[in-house]
Amino acid sequence: MSAAEEVVTEAPAVEAVPKRAMTLGYGTSLVVLAALILTPLFVKNFIIFQMTMVLIYGLAVLALNILTGGSGQFSLGQSAFYAVGAYTSAILMEHANINYALTLPVAGIICFAFGFLFGQPALRLSGVYLALATFALATAMPQLLKLGYFEHWTGGVQGLVVTKPDAPFGLPLSQDMWLYYFTLAITIGIYIASVNLLRSRSGRAFMAIRDNEIAASAMGIDVSLYKTLAFGVSAGITGVAGGLGAIAVQFVAPDGYTITLAISLFLGMVVGGVGWLPGSIVGSAFIIFVPNMAESISKGLSGAVFGVLLFLVIFLVPHGARQVALVAQQLAAKLKKN
Amino acid sequence: MPFKLRTAVLSAAVIAFAASSGSAFAQKKYDTGASDTEIKIGNIIPYSGPASAYGSIGKTEAAYFRMINDRGGINGRKVNFISYDDAYSPPKAVEQVRKLVESDEVLVVFNPLGTPSNTAIQKYLNSKKIPQLFVATGATKWNDAKNFPWTIGWQPSYQSEAHIYAKWLMKEKPDAKIAILYQNDDFGKDYLKGTKDGLGAKASSMIMLEESYEISEPTIDSHIVKIKAANPDVLLIYATPKFAAQTIKKTAELGWKPLQIVTNVSISVGSVMQPAGFENAQGVLSAAYAKDGSDPQWNNDPGMKKWNEFLDKYMPGADKTESALVYGYGAAQTLAKVIEMCGNDLTRANVMKQAASLKNFTPDTLLPGVKINTSATDFAPISQLQMMRFKGQKWELFGEIISGDVLAD
Repeated sequence: MSAAEEVVTEAPAVEAVPKRAMTLGYGTSLVVLAALILTPLFVKNFIIFQMTMVLIYGLAVLALNILTGGSGQFSLGQSAFYAVGAYTSAILMEHANINYALTLPVAGIICFAFGFLFGQPALRLSGVYLALATFALATAMPQLLKLGYFEHWTGGVQGLVVTKPDAPFGLPLSQDMWLYYFTLAITIGIYIASVNLLRSRSGRAFMAIRDNEIAASAMGIDVSLYKTLAFGVSAGITGVAGGLGAIAVQFVAPDGYTITLAISLFLGMVVGGVGWLPGSIVGSAFIIFVPNMAESISKGLSGAVFGVLLFLVIFLVPHGARQVALVAQQLAAKLKKN
Repeated sequence: MPFKLRTAVLSAAVIAFAASSGSAFAQKKYDTGASDTEIKIGNIIPYSGPASAYGSIGKTEAAYFRMINDRGGINGRKVNFISYDDAYSPPKAVEQVRKLVESDEVLVVFNPLGTPSNTAIQKYLNSKKIPQLFVATGATKWNDAKNFPWTIGWQPSYQSEAHIYAKWLMKEKPDAKIAILYQNDDFGKDYLKGTKDGLGAKASSMIMLEESYEISEPTIDSHIVKIKAANPDVLLIYATPKFAAQTIKKTAELGWKPLQIVTNVSISVGSVMQPAGFENAQGVLSAAYAKDGSDPQWNNDPGMKKWNEFLDKYMPGADKTESALVYGYGAAQTLAKVIEMCGNDLTRANVMKQAASLKNFTPDTLLPGVKINTSATDFAPISQLQMMRFKGQKWELFGEIISGDVLAD
């Protein structure tokens, strides 16, 4: 059997998601947006902090969603890109005294380059092999950050403490609330850009590669370019999320970016629905709040309880939040008819 | 804005309440988290994740406060101990500590575990002026009353322990040729620094080799072979339990008999000495500050009797060889003492002040002679240890209690 035949007979790694099903309708989007803008006015700072973290992890899950849901490539190495973004922001803020907002594009660009370069050798791999290669990246990252050569910059195992920014222009907002709206603005910007990317020529190329690589190249798509590009874009967005995470948590340390984080992000993507961008926020909420719920049920068995909850979700709604949204939509349509 | 208004109303109510109650009970003072009937204590510890073995500390502390409450609480107030899982992840630690402070509204955060997690929450707690009491880590940086007046340590720091080894070596073996095997992270490097500082000017002549290993290495045999080739007569093993056991075993296999010292972190008979082989571990040295729960020499010790009774009643079935049970008991007892000393002035400032004025306090589980002392400038509660030697199947203490206070840089 030749290599080409093998690829053809292989079942597609990711189920094809039609382009239009990747986003929410206008009405629903506006309702969600209004909820995201108004809720912080009525809750405690701590909840605002948690919401900020949901947005930040949501961005990282979204990035993975573009890579896996869009171009059909797996990655268990997102924590590495997240770490690079976080350290870039932290080092620029603490050592070079650069404004926090300016560190984010730098983090994005560095991670884009990092992801693009990593995408080159990864081109030769697909499916589980690619997942393993990225897994190696995630395992290596915390140790690289501890290396003596970089210790002057990274602070070694001790990590770096980051100063939290105040609201600018004397706005009467608490630090947490300002950071939330700042994160929200960036999230909305990246979300809109991602939706547009997937609807564009490049997005169609991603999806063509995802659905059938050979057919895509026969149609004149530069497969290697678009595959590495998808890696780059995904890494870039993850880097921005990492930078925001460093600012929100006020601390970076190698132990914060272990393989557990990469798996959490992967989990968030599956729970949110692979290839369904709005699901990223749902997935991110899952990875933040469900462990807390599990802990409140049983402290000694929190891991087991989490496993059971996860199993239930995958068993009952294998397509994650997308499936729930679809069912809700059908119900709403039925009600309208009656 | 509604939230502003709410805060204003709330604070007005609090001020009004404070004003009206002030005259009634003049001496009682409370901050958030304390009242006539209850004191809320927050805690974070890894119950899940790579360091989940430490979860037993949190469970012991919870059980200890259950016992205190069954006996009527502290000065008539019940302790409400709220402990969350941070999975040894700094971002999670920040989230959980903020939940404790802003949602559960605890009076203090007590015994949070791990150097990364504590570093992540230190700035936040200090800016909010909330005590970060008796942190469960051996890093030296917690003894820094000037820059972080709301953070205080508990156990001896790694550096002060290393100081003690250096002092002992200079006295007992002044012409020693020392090799140091250390873990390449903050834990190992703190020990390395403490040893060098302790040896002072003699460090360069006495230390002939420093060899580091990564925690990810499956075995450290090759390092031992390399060290043996340099032929030192003292081997300092600044390693975590698994690697300490491997080192002791490998040196014996090579038929090499240097004087070996292991850190206090790796003194467990069950998880270090036994796997290394009792016959190989004879004569290994270390230092301790707490009693060993499985050591029969404490069978008639009044403190350990209390500890045993507590475990039988409040944690039936617990594995008494686990050092976490000794640790959690001692830390919880120290906190109970501080709260008792606060009397009816349960403000955060007073809790901190009392925590920094412990004088010769001896929890049931510390070695005889080891005392907790703190002051406005000394935020390292335990800084004494006693040398011990492994003989037969247990540790034998010897020599004086040695003190080794180290300030943060």
